[in-house]
Amino acid sequence: MDHLPALVNEARAAIAAAEDAQALDQVRVRFLGKKGEITALLKGLGRLSAEERPAAGERINEAKQALQADLDQRKQVIDEAALQAKLETERIDVTLPGRGEISGGLHPVTRTLERIESLFQHIGFEVAVGPEIEDDFHNFEALNIPAHHPARGMADTFYFDATRLLRTHTSPVQVRTMQSQEPPIRIVCPGRVYRSDSDLTHTPMFHQVEGLLVDEGVSFADLKGTIADFLHAFFERDDLEVRFRPSYFPFTEPSAEVDIQCVMCRGEGCRVCSQSGWLEVMGCGMVHPAVFRHSGIDPERYTGFAFGMGAERLAMLRYGVNDLRLFFDNDLRFLSQFN
Amino acid sequence: MKFSEAWLREWASPALETRALADAITMAGLEVDAIEPVAAAFHGVVVATVIDKSPHPDADKLNVCQVDDGSGEPVQVVCGAPNVDVGQRVPFARVGAVLPDDFKIKKAKLRGVESRGMICSASELGLEEGHSEGIYVLSPDAPTGQDFRTWLGLDDHAIDVDLTPNRGDCLSLRGVAREVGSVTGTKVSEPTVSTVVARNNAQFPVSVRDGEGCPRYLGRVIRDVDVSAKAPLWMRERLRRSGIRSIDPAVDVTNYVMLELGQPMHAFDLDSLEGGIEVRRAVVGERLTLLDGQEVTLDDSTLVIADRSGPLAIAGVMGGESSGVTPRTRHLFLEAAFFSPLAVAGKARDFGLHTDASHRFERGVDPDITRTAMERATELLLSIVGGAPGPITEVRNPATLPHRSSVELRRDRLTSCLGVRLADEEIQRIFRSLGMTSSVSGQTWHVQVPSWRFDVSIEEDLIEELARIHGYNRLPATRPEARLWLKADDEATQPLKRLRRHMVSRGYQEAVTYSFVSPELQSLIVPEGVSPALANPISSDMSVMRHSLFPGLIKALTHNLNRQQQRVRLFETGLVFQGALDDLIQTPMFGGLICGPRSAEGWSVSREGVDFFDLKGDLESLMAMTGCMEEWTFVPAPHPALHPGRSARLERDGVPVGWLGALHPDVRSQLDIKPDVYVFEVEQEALTRGVIPKFTPLSRYPEVRRDLAFLVDEGVGVTPLVEAIRAQAGEWLTRWQLFDVYQGAGVEEGTKSVALGLTWQHPSRTLNDEEINQLIADVVQAAQARFGARLRS
Repeated sequence: MDHLPALVNEARAAIAAAEDAQALDQVRVRFLGKKGEITALLKGLGRLSAEERPAAGERINEAKQALQADLDQRKQVIDEAALQAKLETERIDVTLPGRGEISGGLHPVTRTLERIESLFQHIGFEVAVGPEIEDDFHNFEALNIPAHHPARGMADTFYFDATRLLRTHTSPVQVRTMQSQEPPIRIVCPGRVYRSDSDLTHTPMFHQVEGLLVDEGVSFADLKGTIADFLHAFFERDDLEVRFRPSYFPFTEPSAEVDIQCVMCRGEGCRVCSQSGWLEVMGCGMVHPAVFRHSGIDPERYTGFAFGMGAERLAMLRYGVNDLRLFFDNDLRFLSQFN
Repeated sequence: MKFSEAWLREWASPALETRALADAITMAGLEVDAIEPVAAAFHGVVVATVIDKSPHPDADKLNVCQVDDGSGEPVQVVCGAPNVDVGQRVPFARVGAVLPDDFKIKKAKLRGVESRGMICSASELGLEEGHSEGIYVLSPDAPTGQDFRTWLGLDDHAIDVDLTPNRGDCLSLRGVAREVGSVTGTKVSEPTVSTVVARNNAQFPVSVRDGEGCPRYLGRVIRDVDVSAKAPLWMRERLRRSGIRSIDPAVDVTNYVMLELGQPMHAFDLDSLEGGIEVRRAVVGERLTLLDGQEVTLDDSTLVIADRSGPLAIAGVMGGESSGVTPRTRHLFLEAAFFSPLAVAGKARDFGLHTDASHRFERGVDPDITRTAMERATELLLSIVGGAPGPITEVRNPATLPHRSSVELRRDRLTSCLGVRLADEEIQRIFRSLGMTSSVSGQTWHVQVPSWRFDVSIEEDLIEELARIHGYNRLPATRPEARLWLKADDEATQPLKRLRRHMVSRGYQEAVTYSFVSPELQSLIVPEGVSPALANPISSDMSVMRHSLFPGLIKALTHNLNRQQQRVRLFETGLVFQGALDDLIQTPMFGGLICGPRSAEGWSVSREGVDFFDLKGDLESLMAMTGCMEEWTFVPAPHPALHPGRSARLERDGVPVGWLGALHPDVRSQLDIKPDVYVFEVEQEALTRGVIPKFTPLSRYPEVRRDLAFLVDEGVGVTPLVEAIRAQAGEWLTRWQLFDVYQGAGVEEGTKSVALGLTWQHPSRTLNDEEINQLIADVVQAAQARFGARLRS
């Protein structure tokens, strides 16, 4: 009994010296196990007198509890260290790239077309498409461009025979829509168009988006407002200056070309805008009554506006592409820049 | 239309500097394309008189000249030009002058003789392209000593306007000036053209047999002219600044009048004409040699100017070689006519021509300017070539002359179209400035359209005129109003957008290739395919419409392979064109191509190349988006461009809708493509037609899975086998998994092991072993009966 303090000291030293869970368990067995040295003292209480027994029992139990607390604490420390050591061995280089397919990308023209479509869809326009091999009626006649009209010289047309051709604009889709639908009509017509022209700034195929709004009471002011909103939204610049310049298209009257302040030099004058500070980006106008009549719409009751723009041109300005021909080379080094 | 700014300012000169003037013209709808100085930068050049000339003592081709440059002292200069002569007025560059291209004039010694300055040629002053023959000899009235630039007005600009085809009336100074006047509110002053008094009775008979084509024809004889005279420098300069070369006085004057008033004219050599002028349709087969030397065969759609011997000129397009003015011409016959636009339209193009005259007549020449132009040209010609004019001969067909239309404009229509009410005074001012006379009755204007405006015939045209001159940018901008209208959206149909993005997320780049391809490439890929060919292709390798997306995708592949790209994954959407023109089908297709390593090069992936099943997997993932995978089948079938053992026809509900396969090794070797290439294309409609999901209640009872491995002949297709098994597996089969296909050790040669996991679940009770065992027995029996399959032990 008198050696209890010494035994406790000895046990504490052993607990402190235990390096791992196994050694610590051996210490526990040695002192607190069924045959342990402290347990043995408890068993020896029977030899003491009834007066001595409660006090001695209490001392031994206190010592036992204290040692158990030390053991628990030590165990926690050892477990923590073991976990740390294990985690350390599991360390990886998190800077290595991940596994699996990296996504590709849409062609910049598609990206541009989808963006334009979506802007107009938000205000209730629908997307309409049509054939690319067209006939003379839908591409020209119905748009108020009869044979030998000087405006036919405005677009060099690819022909298959006397009456069939590759559409020079997506306007035939407008005609087809007006022939088959009652106003109000709100459509955008994206797609491939073809003109027999090939040089630094022309490719024989390119993409257009044309738009058409037909309803009662549509005005030139509505056209101006819509176009300005569109250009501000497309370039995400509310301060972008937009101007309307009188022009001529056989299918609209009045007609206008739309210029924006050069997005490269902000109107200072640069190579892109030929020092003018302005960039021509689209054509537009109020639908010509003859076009309405060709499509079976009463021009006295309805008015409307139409507009058209080149997707490549807008993509070039938006993304800073300096060579039109890159759009159709399909060079991965070009395409992947738009991912 | 290109013209000198100074010339325009003689007509109308608003208080605007050049740039602002050009902007005003542009904003009137006459787009200014370029503003260029009419002369390159130079200084120190004066008008001088050659007062003495003697041969250089030591050089055959040089002269030693003394010139009076106005400084009081004669200046000695060595000149090599053969045409230098005493008494000439010449441009003289003094010592210290700087000529174009920064050429500095210094004191020099030429073969021992001092030379202080240089007598200049037109090209040395940048006034003529190329190399001029000899020095530039000025008119005798050029004031000695005056600065050459000032005297010739060279601090001027050539303004080039890109006119839209409706504005034929602006193909003259007169027209442009009118627009400038209108848009800037400036007064326009026309040059006065006086009536030339006939000095004889010489006339040449004119008969017009096609009054429709030629409503008005004026002719005039001028006798005894000296065509060796030269048009005055000021006229030649104006022509030059308009981009027109000086030829001879007759051509120069007619060109000048055309630029000034917009009336194309023609001068004939009177002695070459026989009988009289006839304006008529050509007789089929008549031939004519044009001024440019081209011999053309005419037909009865062509309006010609003819005489007794045959056609002399194509009316409004080009004159003939035999009747033109030559250095031997003594008497002139001048023509000024109004040919109707429809009679001229397209004619020039039919003969591969485009002339200043045809350009104007096609767009419409003012039918009321004919006589003025004739008087003007006569007046100018007389001052150069002399001679005696006869009276004007005129044939006029009032019935066919353009009808002067009166157009009505309703106030409410104008206001509702523009979205703003314009003031009456503004409307009146604009009409007046455009030469339109108007009267008002109630809320309607009646507007008389001037003879030169061929583009104004309906109310909308007047609205445009008012908007344009008032200024588009001064008009309001509003947002259109519309009823909110919620429309049904077709949920079953997959948007193409979504399919594209799906390909993108699987690592594909979208390509956009030309819709026309090389016929050689196309016939290699689809030898039997018929598609329309362009009549006027831009080049032979872009001359037939694509029958398939494969040629374009393959071309894009080779472009990239040639640029050291090893891994290519491309897709494209667009129309293909199948059939001859008369039974053509334009089908929207979806296609893709893969080539090179399966994975992008990396630290933890193999460099294995792609195979058939990589592309098939990507394609199946697209098909799965329709929600009806079971409708699709891959049928082994040959395609001329594909490997016969590695190609499948795609069918949906038994209808062929596309192809998938490995590019045929022969095709690859012909295109010099080394690695394996896999391609697919499928009709968009088949990929976008989907279904709306339908819910099945979830079972609360346990599911049972059994794995079965079958041994079958290696030629048996796995899909038919699996289909047969599924058909026998009962209605409670909920899932099946193909988890292994094996050939090799442990499996008899010529056979393969196909392992399937089958899962059953009953909606309302637990399935027992007997039921499952019975289903498996049925399955095994069916597989054996149809495919000779045995269970692998």
